[in-house]
Amino acid sequence: MTYVVWIPFLPLIASIITLLFGRWYIQKRAHWLPCIAVFGSFLLAMKTLIAVIHGARASFDLYSWIIADTFKVGVGFQVDPLSAMMMAMVTCLSFLIHVYSIGYMEDDPGYYRFFAYISLFTFSMLMLVSGNNFLQLFFGWEAVGLCSYLLIGFWYQKKSAADAAKKAFIVNRFGDFGFALGVFLVFLTFGTVYYQPVFEHVHEVAHETIRLFGHDVLLVTLMAVLLFCGSLGKSAQFPLHVWLPDAMEGPTPVSALIHAATMVTAGVFLVCRCHEIFELSNVAMAVVAAAGTFTCFMAATIAPTQFDIKRVIAYSTLSQLGYMFMACGVGAFAAGMFHLFTHAYFKALLFLGAGSVMHAMHHAPDPTDMRYMGGLKKYMPETFWTFLIASLSISGVPGLAGFFSKDEILWSAFASVYPWGKLVWFVGTLVAGLTAFYSFRVVFMTFFGEFRGREVLHGHEPHESPKVMTIPLMILAVGAVVTGWLGVPSALGGSNHFAHFMEPVLGHPHFHLSPALEEHEHLVELLLMGVSTVVGLLGIYIAYVVYCQRPELQRLLPEKCPKLYRYLYRKWYWDEIYLYSIIKPTLFLARGVIQGVLDSACIEGTVNGIPDLIRRGGEGLRKLQNGVVNTYALIMATGAAVVLLLIYLF
Amino acid sequence: MQISVSLQYLPILLVAGIVFIIGVAMVTINKFLSVKRPYPEKRVAYECGLPPTGQPRHRFSIKFYAIAILFVVFDVEAVFLYPWAVTFDQIGLFAYVEMVIFIILLLVAYFYAWIRGAFQWE
Amino acid sequence: MWSSLPSFVAVYPETILVVVASALVLLDRVVKFKDVFTWITLATVAVTLGVVYWTVGTSFAFSYAADSYALFFKTIFLLVLLLATLISPGYGRVVGIHFGEYYGLMMYAVAGMMIMASAKDLVLLYLGLEVMSLSVYVLAGLLYSDMRSLEGAMKYFLLGSFASAFLLLAITYIYGLTSSINMEAIANYLGTHGLLANKALLFSLALFAIAFGFKVALVPFHMWAPDVYEGAPTSVTAFMSVGPKAAGFAAMGRVFLLALGTAKVGWTHFLIPLAVVTFFVGASLAVVQTNIKRMLAYSSVAHAGYAVLGIIAGTKEGMSATMMYLFIYALMNIGAFGIIILLRQKDFLGESIYDFQGLSKTHPVAALLMLVFLFSLAGIPPTAGFVGKFYVFRSAFEAGHPLLVIAAVLASCIAAYPYLRVVMLMYMRPPEKEVTLNLTGYLFTSLAISLTGVLLFGVWPEPLIHFARLCCGLAP
Repeated sequence: MTYVVWIPFLPLIASIITLLFGRWYIQKRAHWLPCIAVFGSFLLAMKTLIAVIHGARASFDLYSWIIADTFKVGVGFQVDPLSAMMMAMVTCLSFLIHVYSIGYMEDDPGYYRFFAYISLFTFSMLMLVSGNNFLQLFFGWEAVGLCSYLLIGFWYQKKSAADAAKKAFIVNRFGDFGFALGVFLVFLTFGTVYYQPVFEHVHEVAHETIRLFGHDVLLVTLMAVLLFCGSLGKSAQFPLHVWLPDAMEGPTPVSALIHAATMVTAGVFLVCRCHEIFELSNVAMAVVAAAGTFTCFMAATIAPTQFDIKRVIAYSTLSQLGYMFMACGVGAFAAGMFHLFTHAYFKALLFLGAGSVMHAMHHAPDPTDMRYMGGLKKYMPETFWTFLIASLSISGVPGLAGFFSKDEILWSAFASVYPWGKLVWFVGTLVAGLTAFYSFRVVFMTFFGEFRGREVLHGHEPHESPKVMTIPLMILAVGAVVTGWLGVPSALGGSNHFAHFMEPVLGHPHFHLSPALEEHEHLVELLLMGVSTVVGLLGIYIAYVVYCQRPELQRLLPEKCPKLYRYLYRKWYWDEIYLYSIIKPTLFLARGVIQGVLDSACIEGTVNGIPDLIRRGGEGLRKLQNGVVNTYALIMATGAAVVLLLIYLF
Repeated sequence: MQISVSLQYLPILLVAGIVFIIGVAMVTINKFLSVKRPYPEKRVAYECGLPPTGQPRHRFSIKFYAIAILFVVFDVEAVFLYPWAVTFDQIGLFAYVEMVIFIILLLVAYFYAWIRGAFQWE
Repeated sequence: MWSSLPSFVAVYPETILVVVASALVLLDRVVKFKDVFTWITLATVAVTLGVVYWTVGTSFAFSYAADSYALFFKTIFLLVLLLATLISPGYGRVVGIHFGEYYGLMMYAVAGMMIMASAKDLVLLYLGLEVMSLSVYVLAGLLYSDMRSLEGAMKYFLLGSFASAFLLLAITYIYGLTSSINMEAIANYLGTHGLLANKALLFSLALFAIAFGFKVALVPFHMWAPDVYEGAPTSVTAFMSVGPKAAGFAAMGRVFLLALGTAKVGWTHFLIPLAVVTFFVGASLAVVQTNIKRMLAYSSVAHAGYAVLGIIAGTKEGMSATMMYLFIYALMNIGAFGIIILLRQKDFLGESIYDFQGLSKTHPVAALLMLVFLFSLAGIPPTAGFVGKFYVFRSAFEAGHPLLVIAAVLASCIAAYPYLRVVMLMYMRPPEKEVTLNLTGYLFTSLAISLTGVLLFGVWPEPLIHFARLCCGLAP
């Protein structure tokens, strides 16, 4: 199956060529090569996926970079259901978004740069998911981080974009620090960084403890929590979630590809990939569930207060990622991956739809502000219908993709052996309602009612986007409906193909129901579906009432509870909390203490002193090189004499 | 072991010492015992009885060196050829081929010198 | 009576080189279009390389082995000859050394190097060394209208003769002790007779270290290097900064590891201080140079110090690391000299580091290439220079010399300064002079080969490692 190698490398080659020759030679034709390369990758990924469905598995090293005893850094690939599914998804979405970008990024001066970066990102993400060892995962991890930085700051002339890029990079660094420590710990424990031996032997160290700050901690707990730090950063979970909403400064296709569909799911992928480690530690599972649940709820409360269309969707991403971690935290890894899979389609669709709306509004000073939209339904019907399908899907309306994956998670949480399962279920159901509410708030504010942006558009009429943008939207809309049908639960008469496909890698969730419930398992599951569906429809109805029928209700919360509203509007004040608790003290330490005392006195002294010493030494030695051959011979002879005298030092 | 090895070479050291002493002694004794009666004709450099024409340490044309080097090359060739010819019937074909190669190499150098005009005085 | 002829197969590659070289030397007067010599040299490299691979495994009597160890070094020598030939025509036309003798002498030198790599007999080793050295002395003085070139060649010759005397004395001592000049016989004798504490043996080891130290330019036997490097024609400098050095290491490896392997404690005792002094002095002196050829001369001194670490390790692992290091060094060093040659015009030397000022603005591609080669020389990943250094350091570390490795790493920090200074000048200063490039197809090919090698082996060193280990007789 060596052709798997080409899946990541095609986009890499395209990226390098575009980057090298883009500015002078390729220019406006920059999209061709990356699009073709990614499409090629997509075909190969589908081929791989079909082979894997028929039972093919592979794990091989392409080459080794450094071999030092047991430490081996290899570039290797692992083909199993998990990686095959991820590769297929990433290449599919990446291709659609490449095509969409042809229309969206038209006339941008950095056209070639955009395509080069986005292809590079595709390469990085594919390396991340297809690797067979932790170091390659780490390489992909850092590379997607870099691409994310480059793309968020794509319009680097804009200060807010440059700041957001830096913020994303720095916040991720915290997570990566933990992740790197986790990889070190894996290597220290198992003597290898390859998945297969690690997961084979992890059960043998299940009860080993290490002393940490005076407490005995389970080795696997520490390992899992450290690795999870990386997930927190990349998947933007509390407390490292602050970067994702700001990352919306990047071009919208980037938001769709990186900050919704693929890169941010790397954290979930990591937890699923290492589920053998996580499952051995209840503490780690609790941490995963807690982070997921809290983020899920928090983001769902912030989203309804925002007016920036992209930010709302960004918070919905946080919330949906929370769902995935909730699933992982109750041991239902396949359900988490299933939600990751369906979410990728409808969230990419939401973002691209939002991008299409922004394309229509691009004459406005702030094309993302929903307060200037409304009634766009009649101007851009294709965008409207596809956006509506995505919103229905995310709201969990029966029959669409989001419904199946969300209910899989809720049911798994409810039935889970873990004691926190019921709490997770409760919060999950509640958030389902909130999700439906804020999703349809966007739909109603944007597409219904009267168009409110006449004066900001200065006479320009909003218009539908070109075909090159709407066709990817339609394809994604199909995905947002049908991807769910891969995992119809048995309670609805389906056979849950997705979970069975993932079973060899991700195993089964462990259920534990009271005997009374167990008898009517399917009935309970149907009941839970009913509850969440009703909650979701209720959310849509409230949104309809508030934003279509009685707009005066919109002022209810800001007027009655201004404090709570401000609290939510300012995103729970996390940015301010970090500013005063971390950033300011760090800056004080850096500027006052380190720069003032340590740096100027100690380090600069040393740094300037040593080269000075070397230079003076060099000048001194240089005098010996006086050009007279007799001196040279004398020095050689002296050296020889000294060497010969060394004999007597034995 | 070490001492006996050193002792084996003692005679060589003794010979070297004796040679050195004799050499130095002959020069030194001569210095003390000889009768010195210098006059101008005696003090000039000896040039086959003719009056000297210049300083002995003047620069020679580079061409002398080229000729001298070529002479040395063929001198050395003769040094090799002689013992080879004497033992020719004992060392056989192998040595014969080697000697042919040796002469060819010398010929290459010879032709090179020729082409480059080393034999032309002017 | 008439003993049958032994098989000459093992010496075919050397024979081809000598025959072709002699033909070139003789034909120079006849052929007016001198590029023919370049083509013949290139063809000879190809043929010789093929023959080298074809003859591997053969031997000549007991004193000459075309084994895999020699194979690796011969590959390096031929690579050096190839690259040096490719950088020569354009430069040679400018300075007037584009003629048959030039190529012939390089081939003679390579033949000498090959003899050094294959010799299993100390006298044969000496013969190879002299064949190589005499050719290189002449090459260094080839610009006989330039005083610097003549001066350098004269110094090289005088000091080289001095070093040869040390080598002969070392061989004499070994012969006196073991009554043999065959390396295997010497190794056997030393293995069965406990001579390790013998002062005469140690004396001989020290003399070997000094003699080889001269050839590979270890401090304090490096004094010839800067003057010769500066004076010699740049293409010759490129050639002799790599070829004779690799040959010196080939001989060093065979003598120390094969013949004197049992006396390892003895010779590491001499090599360690030499190595430490070498990389510190080499790096510090490179810092204060303003002539780029002199700077690269001192850098080559420092690089010899790193390469010797693999020999000090004394393991096959270490030797394979040194071999790989030399291979990579050949690529990156000739690459850097290629760029210097690229700047050379009739009326413009391009040898001061300030001539490189602002090169990134005037000739971005040339500046980028120089950047890659200098980064590689400084040992910055992902270039091949890093890989080479890493493996050499690691082998020394594993052989139990952690302090030595720490010293080497510190020295390589100092050594990065002169390279980065040139990079700084190229990228962060405005251009001062109008620089035009003297690019020929040959030079382009050479730079392309160097660049490909430096980058390829930087990210994918496995084939090279594998090859080096295989040639050292290590199981893959």
